[in-house]
Amino acid sequence: MSAPVDTRTGRRRRETGVVLSERRRSERRLGWWLAGPAFVVMLLVTLYPILQAVWDSLFNFRLTAPGDKSFIGLKNYGVILTDSLFWRDLGVTSLITVITVVVELVLGFALALVMHKALKSLRGFVRTAILVPYGIITVVSAFAWFYAFDINSGFVNNWFDWVPGIGPDLNWFADTWTSLSVIMASEIWKTTPFISLLLLAGLAQVPDELTEAAEVDGATWWQRMQRVILPNMKAAIMVAVLFRALDAFRIFDNVFIMTNGAYGTEVLSLLAYRTSIGRLEIGLGSAISVLLFLCVLIICFVAIKLFKVDLAGAQGGK
Amino acid sequence: MWRGARWAGITAAASALLLSGCGPADSTPVLTWYINPDDGGQAAIAEKCTAAADGRYRIQTTLLPSDAAAQREQLARRLAASDTSMDIMSLDPPFIPELAEPGFLAPVPEDTAQKTTQHTLDGALAGAKWKGSLVTVPFWANTQILWYRKSVAKAAGLDMSKPVTWAQVIKAAKDEQKYLGVQGALAESMTVWVNALVESGGGHIVENPEASADGIRLGLESEAGKKAAEIVSTIGKEGLGGPGLATQAENESMLQFQGDKGSFMVNWPFVWPATNASVKAGSLEKSLVEDIGWALYPQTEAGKEARPPLGGINLGVGAASTHVDLAYDAVECIVRPEHQVEYFVTNGNPPSDSTAYDDPSIKEKFPMAETIRQSLRQSAPRPQTPYYNEVSTGIQQNWAPPSGVDPATTPKTTTDFIIEVLRGERLL
Repeated sequence: MSAPVDTRTGRRRRETGVVLSERRRSERRLGWWLAGPAFVVMLLVTLYPILQAVWDSLFNFRLTAPGDKSFIGLKNYGVILTDSLFWRDLGVTSLITVITVVVELVLGFALALVMHKALKSLRGFVRTAILVPYGIITVVSAFAWFYAFDINSGFVNNWFDWVPGIGPDLNWFADTWTSLSVIMASEIWKTTPFISLLLLAGLAQVPDELTEAAEVDGATWWQRMQRVILPNMKAAIMVAVLFRALDAFRIFDNVFIMTNGAYGTEVLSLLAYRTSIGRLEIGLGSAISVLLFLCVLIICFVAIKLFKVDLAGAQGGK
Repeated sequence: MWRGARWAGITAAASALLLSGCGPADSTPVLTWYINPDDGGQAAIAEKCTAAADGRYRIQTTLLPSDAAAQREQLARRLAASDTSMDIMSLDPPFIPELAEPGFLAPVPEDTAQKTTQHTLDGALAGAKWKGSLVTVPFWANTQILWYRKSVAKAAGLDMSKPVTWAQVIKAAKDEQKYLGVQGALAESMTVWVNALVESGGGHIVENPEASADGIRLGLESEAGKKAAEIVSTIGKEGLGGPGLATQAENESMLQFQGDKGSFMVNWPFVWPATNASVKAGSLEKSLVEDIGWALYPQTEAGKEARPPLGGINLGVGAASTHVDLAYDAVECIVRPEHQVEYFVTNGNPPSDSTAYDDPSIKEKFPMAETIRQSLRQSAPRPQTPYYNEVSTGIQQNWAPPSGVDPATTPKTTTDFIIEVLRGERLL
């Protein structure tokens, strides 16, 4: 998230075209004094465990055999990267990420429009109602979805038996695709409010004069949306996508509760959990965690690069 | 308002501290007993033994997660970190070697072993040992028996007074168009089933359980392993386990057994109190209980004594505990036969001590107690290896769902998979 801030200060410097004034320099110093302690604490609680994990990942280390710990270099990474299981889990994770983020973006945008346009008197109520799923603890919502679809206790098979393919004998959690659909539906239900809230903030920033001017010029609703509102919201959309993509990529709770990774539904964070916590293979598990971390970094990097492009595009007044 | 709430909070916290005994004057050593969730039976025994200790110690129970694998995770992590509060632990037998091998468990004193295992049933005693010596004290022992609906067995013409085989049970369920109660979910219950099938066929999943990770040999590629795969695959492929088989563990199969399609089911004795409780609560008909019969676990091969699954809980003492002597003293108290009887009657968990079964209150509450005792005598533990988690998960991943099992290939793929995992050549 540092990128947009950097570009803005950079731009400002370019605009003023002079060396920082005394006042700005002291302001910046004050800023460091204020933010510094928090920054140091953050480094301690995030950087230290990350480095520890990187270090551990170079060992063959099993918690229940502390005496057999041995340095094996990058062998753990070799085992993981040549194992089809890792790639399958990476595929499942990416699939969940892409589908949920896309669906959430569309739904979230629709909800944001509803919230934006809702009558003043209703706005508070609508916002609260939309936010309810986001307020529920993920594990609780995962259980709710699990029991709804479970073949023994669920009501879904009963209620929706008029849909072709759904009937009393459909065991949702016995097949990869049906389980994944329930897992993704639950994710989408739960986090669409978050994305819609971010988009609502973006929507509120689009100046009314622009849309009104477009309307006066005879632009249709779709044209206004495409040419005025969306380009002006690009930054908000990218923030929403980045946040959700990072979140979705680290999905754990829903899979853990509903299938525990059975029948091809395992995701990367669950693999890391099962290896370090379940098998107590600290070395191998740390290596998976490090790879997961690298994946997240890559997503971040790609998104922030896109982000910059978009910002520049918006500036160029397309 | 906020201020008031804060003061209320501080007062509450302070009084909680005082009430919980953080105040002065109480220097009685406190023994922490990590218990698996039950119906309050272990807490009741803890109270009794605290009273019996007469001020020498106080036993405090702490709840572990409900899932056996999650219990193991928590215990192993605490033990590896030399947590001094690990005084007494309720341990699932398959995980004992993993904790005993690195020396996480304090050795059982000679006289404790003498006092507590005199009348222990063979199966339970075998599960308490590692490399030939006792490392935990058996508390209660569990085993699976064959539950059946008398009406279905009668209609199928099966004589249940004699031991039955899997082939007979499968045929009966098929002829009567009912569902068989087995556990086909990708979970520990799958290993329990496969192990019983393989052991009953005369084989072992792990041939040399005490070997190191590199040296372990599996026994699945044998006649017994193939036979086990045939049974699992037939039930899966012919849909005999019902539509929910692939996600069905013990509780789900009990629910199915209680329904209209129930016929035969292999399951633990908890089924009996649970079914009676449902009848009492009015959710099941009383006629159902009268229709339920029980017999020994089905044989894999006709005429060859079945080796039913073994479960239960043993008590271990942490090596890092600061009160090892007192802890073993408490363990001796906890596992007394009268406490085991009480635990069976109130919580439905069978005793590991064979003399406990002669108690009249047990016969009254559990008419199948004799079957359970006999089943425990015949039972076989799951592979006792420090790498049990890898072996078990490897089996689960290859044998669930049952419809995917192929007798010609599954034993071999499972063996190759587990061996590669144990050598650290692939992920699990």
